[in-house]
Amino acid sequence: MAVLDIRDLSVSYATPRGALKALRDVTMKVPEGKITGIVGESGCGKSTLISAIIRLMAPNAKVGSGEVRFKGEDLLSRSEAEMRALRGTEISMVFQDPMQTHNPVLTVGRQMIDIQYRDKLSKADKRKRATEMLALVGIPDPQARLNQYPFEFSGGMRQRIAIAMALMAKPSLLIADEPTTALDATLEVQIIKRLRELQDEIGCSILFISHHLGVIAELCDEVVVMYAGEVVESGTVRDVFHNPAHPYTRALLECDPGHIKVRTRNLPTIPGNIPDLVSLPTGCIFADRCDVRYDACGARPVMATASSGHQAACHLIAEKEPA
Amino acid sequence: MLSYILRRLGLSAAITVLAVALLFLIIHMIPGDPVSTILGPKASPELRAALEARMGLDRPLPVQIGLFFMNMLRGDLGLDVFSNRPVTQIVLGQVPYTLVLILVSILWSAVLGIALGCYSAVNRNSLGDRLTGVLSVSVIAVPAFVVSLYSLLIFAVKLQWFPAIGAGAPADWGDQLHHLVLPSLAIGLSWVGYIARLVRASMLEVMGEGHIRTARAFGLPERQITYGYALRLAILPTVTVIGVGMGFLLSAAVFTEIVFSRPGLGKLVIDSITTRNYPVVMGSVLVSTLIFVASTTLADIVNAILDPRIRAGK
Ligand SMILES: Nc1ncnc2c1ncn2[C@@H]1O[C@H](COP(=O)(O)OP(=O)(O)O)[C@@H](O)[C@H]1O
Ligand code: SF4
Ligand SMILES: [Mg+2]
Repeated sequence: MAVLDIRDLSVSYATPRGALKALRDVTMKVPEGKITGIVGESGCGKSTLISAIIRLMAPNAKVGSGEVRFKGEDLLSRSEAEMRALRGTEISMVFQDPMQTHNPVLTVGRQMIDIQYRDKLSKADKRKRATEMLALVGIPDPQARLNQYPFEFSGGMRQRIAIAMALMAKPSLLIADEPTTALDATLEVQIIKRLRELQDEIGCSILFISHHLGVIAELCDEVVVMYAGEVVESGTVRDVFHNPAHPYTRALLECDPGHIKVRTRNLPTIPGNIPDLVSLPTGCIFADRCDVRYDACGARPVMATASSGHQAACHLIAEKEPA
Repeated sequence: MLSYILRRLGLSAAITVLAVALLFLIIHMIPGDPVSTILGPKASPELRAALEARMGLDRPLPVQIGLFFMNMLRGDLGLDVFSNRPVTQIVLGQVPYTLVLILVSILWSAVLGIALGCYSAVNRNSLGDRLTGVLSVSVIAVPAFVVSLYSLLIFAVKLQWFPAIGAGAPADWGDQLHHLVLPSLAIGLSWVGYIARLVRASMLEVMGEGHIRTARAFGLPERQITYGYALRLAILPTVTVIGVGMGFLLSAAVFTEIVFSRPGLGKLVIDSITTRNYPVVMGSVLVSTLIFVASTTLADIVNAILDPRIRAGK
């Protein structure tokens, strides 16, 4: 079963130019106990998607339609109090910029104890648990470091702390929004490895957002490729990376000649620009940059099955689809 | 922490020395000489020379400044020209009145201003926020002496709720407090608006920062996020402003003390300027300067207590 099951989710932002349709009919799943990656260029709606999942959206954001089913229940119809009860217990988050993640004037220990406010434990026990978590993510001398302030830690250390905090409550779902993008490559590898081990240990599901193909290939079981607010391809990492079905995914992998082995820091750039999300083109969203577009592409393609568990939103796939 | 405090105190000492030297020069440049004031225009040259020598006015300026510092460190600010009482004694006698007035004013205005600022930030763009905004801007625009005059006319003369003049009977706390209400209202009112605006702006800025999103993502109660996490940071610029604001309050106190005939430093300065009582002018301005330097120092130390990054010198 899927822990998270998103169906036809559309989100738009009110802007002076009109509604910016950041997400359109996004459908995807995060299977239980697996790591699912979302990959896509900057601005394709990855952060919007996760802010809609935990319902911490920008004030000008509006959910147009769709469902976000978590363990079978639609989060979009929950009350704010019910959502808050879920945050940090069932679903927890790691954000992109570790330098911004913690309150600068409170000790790390205080912040780690504060987030356990729901537990009826003594303060000493909460402290003990925080110490254990820090040790688990590889912070040396955790006992003493609890008394330190965020600015006394490096970026890599702070991201480890963020992961420790997110995993402390043993959530069912961990969402990480480009957690290693701000770090250098060596740290990135270390943190990814640790995350993988911890996921094994705790058994949670992870939704991991990145625009780094190598990281997705290394860490994830499943991958969802997003383009300009739509899901264009999804499937297992093996299927999608070795047998890409959508021309966009193919372009990405072709631009990255060593394929996923080479650790390109950023998503390779392919020629052309993302369409304007305020006034969207009709038809396929990728048509402008697609080198194999044809007459059918004037109509918007729907998700079609390339092989079992592997889908792409492209007319070429729909044509080949086994009837 | 200790090293930060020591460094900060060193800085304050340097600022004080500079300010005192500057003060000395400024007083010297004020037209009218103290000797003629004391002896009258028809005094004999011998008498004038004798008094100049006694007051040290015949020595070169740097020597005068040096001597002034030496005496200041001993707590000797010279003698009152008319009564021959020590200036230190006269000035220190007035300090408590002004200090109490300023502290009470800043206290009530800071508490109310911070509360309104938080309310406005949390209920951004609500009717209450807009109302607070308009009121804040209006009270900021009104000078303290205008509030002094009107509150005196309305609440003391017409309604007779509060006494109009003086600081109250020396031993009677209730009476003194009663006498404090209108003057501290006059001085504090514009600060309520100012602090409310400031707190609102810095709260909104902090509430948009990543760590607040983290706190929300962990489901922390909104109250704790607002007061425990956001205000804790948003208060820092306010503390600095309050420290510097003590200087403005000191000057606002001058008008207010005169309108309400309250004893205090402000009244002392004005009285001694009009009588060209230079040692007293110098002494009271000096003490005001010290109060100002002390309050900015204190604000910085409070900030260092609240913000570990300042302590570490980051
Ligand atoms: N608060 C907002 N108001 C208006 N537009 C926004 C807002 N947040 C994001 N966007 C726009 O929505 C699109 C998706 O942004 P985002 O979800 O941050 O993408 P990603 O995380 O993939 O980089 C972008 O075009 C971005 O400019
Ligand atoms: S639908 Fe057409 S334009 Fe879109 S990706 Fe497929 S081939 Fe290219
Ligand atoms: Mg993003």
